[in-house]
Amino acid sequence: MVNPLLAWIAFFAPLTACVLITLFFLRSKTLSSLVAIAGILISFACTVLLAAQIFQTHPATEFQQSFPWIQFDGLTIDFGVLINPLAIMMLLVVTGVGSAIFIYSRGYMAEDPGMPRFFAYLSLFAFSMIGIVLANNFIQLFMFWELVGLSSYLLIGFWYEKPSAADAGVKAFVVNRVADFGFLCGIIFLWSISDIGAGRSFLFTDLMGVVSRLDPHGLTAIALLIFCGVVGKSAQVPLHVWLPDAMEGPTPVSALIHAATMVAAGIYLLARTFFIFEPLTSALTVIAYTGAITAFLAATLAIVENDIKRILAYSTLSQLGLMVMALGLGGPLQGMYHLTTHAFFKALLFLGAGSVIYALHHEQNIWEMQGLLKQMPVTGWTFLIGTLALCGVFPLSGFWSKDEILALAAEKNSLLYGIATATSALTAFYMGRLFWTAFGGNGVKDHHGHAAHESPAVMTMPLIFLAILSVAGGFIGIPHFLSPQEKPAPLHIMVALISSGIAILGLTISYAMYHKRPARDPLEIMLGPIYPLLKNKYYFDVVYGWYVDRVQQNAAILLEWMEKTFIVRLGVHGVSNAARTGGDILRRLQTGLVQFYALVFVLGVICLFYIMVNNL
Amino acid sequence: MTVPHILSWILLSPLAALSIIFWMPSNNVPLIRRIANIGVGLPFLLSLWVFFNYDYTSGGFQFEEQIPWVVPLGISYHLGIDGINGVMILLLGFGSFAGVLVSQNIQERVKRYYILLLLIVIGTYGAFLSVDIFFFYFFHEVAAIPTFLLIALWGSDRREYAAMKLTLYLTAGATLALVGLLSLYHAVGLESFDLIQIQKYLVGHPLPVEVQHWIFPLIVVGFGVTLTLWPFYTWAPVGYACAPTAVSMLHAGVLKKLGAYAILRFAVQLMPDAAETWMPIVATLAVFNILYCGLIALIQRDLKYILGYSSCSHMGYILLGLACLNVIGLNGVVFLMFAHGIMACLGFALTGFLAEQTQTRHLDELGGLLKRLPFIGTCFAMMALASAGVPGFGNFVAEIMVLLGAWDHYRWQTVAAVLGIVFTAVYMLKAIRLGFQGPIQPRWTQLTDVQTFSEKLPYIVLLTALIAAGCFPSLILKRIESGTKPNFKNTLNEVSFAKQEPNKADRPMSMASIR
Repeated sequence: MVNPLLAWIAFFAPLTACVLITLFFLRSKTLSSLVAIAGILISFACTVLLAAQIFQTHPATEFQQSFPWIQFDGLTIDFGVLINPLAIMMLLVVTGVGSAIFIYSRGYMAEDPGMPRFFAYLSLFAFSMIGIVLANNFIQLFMFWELVGLSSYLLIGFWYEKPSAADAGVKAFVVNRVADFGFLCGIIFLWSISDIGAGRSFLFTDLMGVVSRLDPHGLTAIALLIFCGVVGKSAQVPLHVWLPDAMEGPTPVSALIHAATMVAAGIYLLARTFFIFEPLTSALTVIAYTGAITAFLAATLAIVENDIKRILAYSTLSQLGLMVMALGLGGPLQGMYHLTTHAFFKALLFLGAGSVIYALHHEQNIWEMQGLLKQMPVTGWTFLIGTLALCGVFPLSGFWSKDEILALAAEKNSLLYGIATATSALTAFYMGRLFWTAFGGNGVKDHHGHAAHESPAVMTMPLIFLAILSVAGGFIGIPHFLSPQEKPAPLHIMVALISSGIAILGLTISYAMYHKRPARDPLEIMLGPIYPLLKNKYYFDVVYGWYVDRVQQNAAILLEWMEKTFIVRLGVHGVSNAARTGGDILRRLQTGLVQFYALVFVLGVICLFYIMVNNL
Repeated sequence: MTVPHILSWILLSPLAALSIIFWMPSNNVPLIRRIANIGVGLPFLLSLWVFFNYDYTSGGFQFEEQIPWVVPLGISYHLGIDGINGVMILLLGFGSFAGVLVSQNIQERVKRYYILLLLIVIGTYGAFLSVDIFFFYFFHEVAAIPTFLLIALWGSDRREYAAMKLTLYLTAGATLALVGLLSLYHAVGLESFDLIQIQKYLVGHPLPVEVQHWIFPLIVVGFGVTLTLWPFYTWAPVGYACAPTAVSMLHAGVLKKLGAYAILRFAVQLMPDAAETWMPIVATLAVFNILYCGLIALIQRDLKYILGYSSCSHMGYILLGLACLNVIGLNGVVFLMFAHGIMACLGFALTGFLAEQTQTRHLDELGGLLKRLPFIGTCFAMMALASAGVPGFGNFVAEIMVLLGAWDHYRWQTVAAVLGIVFTAVYMLKAIRLGFQGPIQPRWTQLTDVQTFSEKLPYIVLLTALIAAGCFPSLILKRIESGTKPNFKNTLNEVSFAKQEPNKADRPMSMASIR
């Protein structure tokens, strides 16, 4: 039996932490961090209990508990939780990885005076993310979708005095808003045609029964509009531009929000509402290609990047692209499987990067790093595990989940399979480049004259925890948990061999190019004319900048000019000319005394009443 | 527990405060302030009491008081509360309470300032409480007139121009509306200004369609000027920018809503046939409001102008909701009037505080203020995010309802309205970014945040209302619905809505196992 109370506790524990910190603990670093960590740990514990309960009630069931939040004739909006294996899996990721990152943050942010504020935001994020996972209807999901956007904005701009951080926060929020424009239209459109016989509904469980009856053209439009939201939140091309900039936020934030959980919310949304997309071939094709293009473009951008966090950010984009592609190929389970393993090793990589950045006093350029494997063994070795998992090396978790996606692509669409395989090769190459450059070689002292030191245990323990998950992720039965009915898919030998070969090839080439740590990146010469194109990120930002600064700005200026010229001149001056005759008379009467103004007005009112009363 | 004449008490307590201040020596400033605070605090508490004690299960006008005045013409002093104006007086309670509290820093001509401010408060309370159309109009004018003096005497920069422009516009609009209301009175032919009587009468004897058709636009445009209907909005940004803080708050927050309230009560409710004909045009104008004013707000650099244009832009959602003519849209409208009112009060209060501290409202001169003003900065950010439609604040709930209500009839207008939310996010985040984030300029390092609880109180009160409305909307919606549903039974072209969701009417907490 599933106890829904556990879900509600898991849901509201982080919010309680956030409120407590905001009201009482804004001055205490220790208390605020402890409260926040307690909140997320309670959520995690409840989720584990829920998972155990739902695992016992095979075949896995869906449980729903719902309260009307807004209810009157014609409109019902519920607030509730819908628990199924998919949601529990995602919840385990959010609270489990979240717990590790919360604990890590206590070390990473220890010297920052804004730590209480940081933990309040982080708890708000955890609450909002859990809300997305548990929501049982579209409006509730959209609300928490917006709230994670808000917490992302707050956390990216956490160091608000730094203009680049503040700008990045605004950019993330605005780009997501543009995407949510489509998403919200899709939600409203879907609701408007979702007649379940007794009114219209936002509930997933109601909609599930309705979609088969709906006009497929309308539904395709709805599916694509909803997908707009995914493009924003999961940073797919062409709205991917905010994610690399989001690396301005503190590194634990990048790990939790911009790698493991929030950006994966789009994938989760697709999987959760896959019943809408399933029958729509054309919409799925658009989704699959969007994902594949994102995966490939982002991987090409990662190979020329020098900032450790930005490399990882492009890698996240690329992996999210693969997941979206999997969904587009009709494989929500494969997508969710990769989401889960990716959350483990990408959070690990980011936290490792954070550990490096912490040790090197906020140095993020990989060319300024060297020999970190020897200086920071725990960070170095766990980072290596993360790298290998991401590259899909047997038998780490990434191997298994990526294999499923590649096998799916090989079966359904060979072009997409080709793109995905090429992306894997690039992935192995840029991760190898990062690893050999930053961690390879002998340790040297930095320009402050200090050698890098290993981070404290509060930071390395989460690294080890995530490294274990990254290793074991392929063996703990995630696919079985997600879909107990299906028997485990056999390993696709050909696909596995090719992808492993390619991963090793990529790592080898990068070893050959970078293990001696050349002074300049040899890619600059090798790529020739493509290099500036990649360095400028395919000019997406330039085009958007041009639109905002030129088109939109000038349109607004034109409208303001029209207002001054037409509306004010015709309207206001028309009115004032009409009133001028009367005004002239008054002006002669007026003596310049303020009291006289008042008197005239009072007289006017009295006259008005007199006229009214007498005329009627 | 019943309190006799509670609505009159709401009206009389600020009047009593005004009279006391009137006879007081003008140099006893602290006492004047205290009396003014009580004069708005008491009706605030009373309106809260009325709000919570309104019996929404039975609906209709409650707490009624009626004293005939000019019997031959059918004019009577008739007050009453239903679901709609119950919410409106609550909004006014919040707005006036906060507005008077933030007026502490008015230093010159204090006595006259408070007298005029209280006059606005009395007028607005009166207008919202009156069930009699004549008294509605009378109180509406009582509220409008002191605005001119307050802006002209206590305003900033282009105050004469702003005051004159605002007054001309509002007077022209009010005249138009007066013509409309008097025509309505004659057309009904009941010899009564009493709204309830007219309404009852019209159920059996609807106005001829052609008569409705020409009276309706008079009222909509007349009160539309107050509501900054496009293109009659240009008085508002400059008016708010130049007005003293409390006046901007009351005007943008509450008085503006009086226009929407009047359109709702007198046009939509009494002339349903004309509403169906004219509302598509209103819906299109609403889109102009949203996008035109929204785009102009994008390039403003003065905080008050951003808020001013933003306010005009958001009135588009109210107009769009009015145009839906269905329960969802109209509930959304009333809710938005409340939520936007609170938000606008908060916004202008904060901007007023900033302008007071820094002597500038220009975003290029500010920057990094969050460092020195954590409380004010946080409140400002919350206000801006509420305005941008972030869930958790009332505005989100209201806008969603308006959009849901509008989709069936005005699809493209709805899409444009959703686009407007993107604009709001852009200019509001820009305001936070330029005003509060980034490195702090050396000249602002001496600024001091609000310190005492009483200084923080107005902001806390408004924020609490905004968040409560956003998290527990049913608290307000239950009352609004009791007001909109019976009133618009005849108006609604969505008859089908009535039969919807019969089995969900009182859906208990459902614990269902699916599959």
